[in-house]
Amino acid sequence: MNLNELTIREAKDGLNKKDFTSVELTAACLDRIKKRDGEINAFITVCEDLAMKEAVRADETIERGEAWPLTGIPFAVKDAICTAGVRSTGASKILDNYVPPFDATVIKKIREQGAVLLGKNNCDAFGHGASNENSMYGPVRNPRNTKKVAGGSSGGSAAAVADNMCIFAVAEDTGGSIRQPASFCGVVGMRPSYGRNSRFGIMPMASSLDTVGPIAKSVDDVAFLMEIMAGNDKLDATTISDAVPNYVEELKKGAKGLKIGVPKEYFELEGIDDEIKELIYKKIDVLEKAGCKIKQVSLPYTKYAIAVYYIIVPSEDSSNLARLDGIRYGLRADANNLFDIYANSRADGFPEEVKRRILIGTYALSSGYYDAYYKKAQKVRTLIKNDFDEIFKKVDALITPTSPFPPFDFGEKTDNPLALYLADIMVSPAAVAGIPAMSVSAGENYSGLPIGAQIIGPRFREDLVLRIGKELEKN
Amino acid sequence: MKQSTRIANNSFFLYNIAVMSITVEEVKKLAKLARIALTPEEEQRHAETISAVLDYMDVLNEVDTENVELTSQVTGLKNIVRLDEIRGKDSQKELIEQMPLVKDGKLAVPAVFEEN
Repeated sequence: MNLNELTIREAKDGLNKKDFTSVELTAACLDRIKKRDGEINAFITVCEDLAMKEAVRADETIERGEAWPLTGIPFAVKDAICTAGVRSTGASKILDNYVPPFDATVIKKIREQGAVLLGKNNCDAFGHGASNENSMYGPVRNPRNTKKVAGGSSGGSAAAVADNMCIFAVAEDTGGSIRQPASFCGVVGMRPSYGRNSRFGIMPMASSLDTVGPIAKSVDDVAFLMEIMAGNDKLDATTISDAVPNYVEELKKGAKGLKIGVPKEYFELEGIDDEIKELIYKKIDVLEKAGCKIKQVSLPYTKYAIAVYYIIVPSEDSSNLARLDGIRYGLRADANNLFDIYANSRADGFPEEVKRRILIGTYALSSGYYDAYYKKAQKVRTLIKNDFDEIFKKVDALITPTSPFPPFDFGEKTDNPLALYLADIMVSPAAVAGIPAMSVSAGENYSGLPIGAQIIGPRFREDLVLRIGKELEKN
Repeated sequence: MKQSTRIANNSFFLYNIAVMSITVEEVKKLAKLARIALTPEEEQRHAETISAVLDYMDVLNEVDTENVELTSQVTGLKNIVRLDEIRGKDSQKELIEQMPLVKDGKLAVPAVFEEN
């Protein structure tokens, strides 16, 4: 087995036992990137020199017997998350040369634990998309089948983990951006509860929905990373101050005895792929055999989640992205007057989908439409949230497919933005409710494409989601 | 193999762009408000695609939201405050490096008022 194929746990063991060094481990990842990324395009920036320097320092730390939990482990970060001293474009040209002077809080925490930063992952610009075709640095190819998209918006992160270009990745999930690409690439990705992990330093998309979470090769690794990433941050007033659970310890409890709900709306959806349903039903059998109690449930407001999501997101987007105006940092277009400097910088610096979202948001927030769109969406959001709150009085977690269809072809949905929005049908409800959800592999379809199962848990109960995910991973 | 188990039922994903609920003129107005220069082709395409999206949003009108509260946040946290401390003052040099135009160590900005 090559070093770059290891999980965090395996890599830590090897480093501690001195079977190999962080320099060797980091070089193995960098070699893999050099060999494969010309085709996959999972990285926008690779910081080879910095990574090798950090690896040397990590080996010295290990030599002194002072290793931190992630010392010497190479990782990658979605480009819409700020990394100190390393270019962070958000996959947009407006920030093509932007080098943040600070780390996002989650990145700071991970780097303080000794992890080695390899580079920045391609994504849909500012997280706008479900296929990674909205990046201004080209689409990401699915490592499992390079004719297919890697999913989005964190397509580069999922592809980099799946193709063993890094040991783990940190990404962002507003409405499915971690889970859907994780399912398309056959890796594990968790969206934490809103308020669990700090959002400070991520490029904001929809502030009331954005979350930061891990993408990794195993549920154990995701649990381990969540312990490091989670917790209150005074720079993000929406983080809760509860103590962070010991997720790795929680995993040992197993899934036996847990009550799992199967929400019928997710399986009765028109257009859902039959093979995907079959694979998820197989996983439900696995849980039943493991001693879980399976219960059919209903979440009647599910079908409104996409409409709610695609009103709230562009609205908050249009406000957040107003800061990118070409004045203080980033691209400033040449023009004779202030209006044209703004309008041309934004015309050149944003891809079509970002412009579309800003326009929709501007419309939904404008006087006369605010009540009909934004307020209406916020009210239906309450009903979706209540749906989940009620169901979690009866069951511990829910299982659904992550995506209604398998990884699709390039260009298949680019002419029809609404079709791409509907790709989020399984992942947006949990986002709208702000509850934790994780995608784990449910196997492959007949064409050999990865299919993901989604586990959704009650607010701040990532532990339950992880325990069920671990059970699914075993079988 | 086993292709028969796949149902090519994509009707859920079809949409109708025949009825334009937003016109090119409205797109122009929105683009002006949002400070984005658009080409005529872009204006046309945004009018078509945004119309389709807005039509889809009509599904929310089925839902009775009389007496339903708004949800603007989900954590239930209230009045979270912190000290207004100075931070990041060591990164002045890095911040200035990010500026598109610098004069005398300060951010140079275009004129806000036009001369008469």
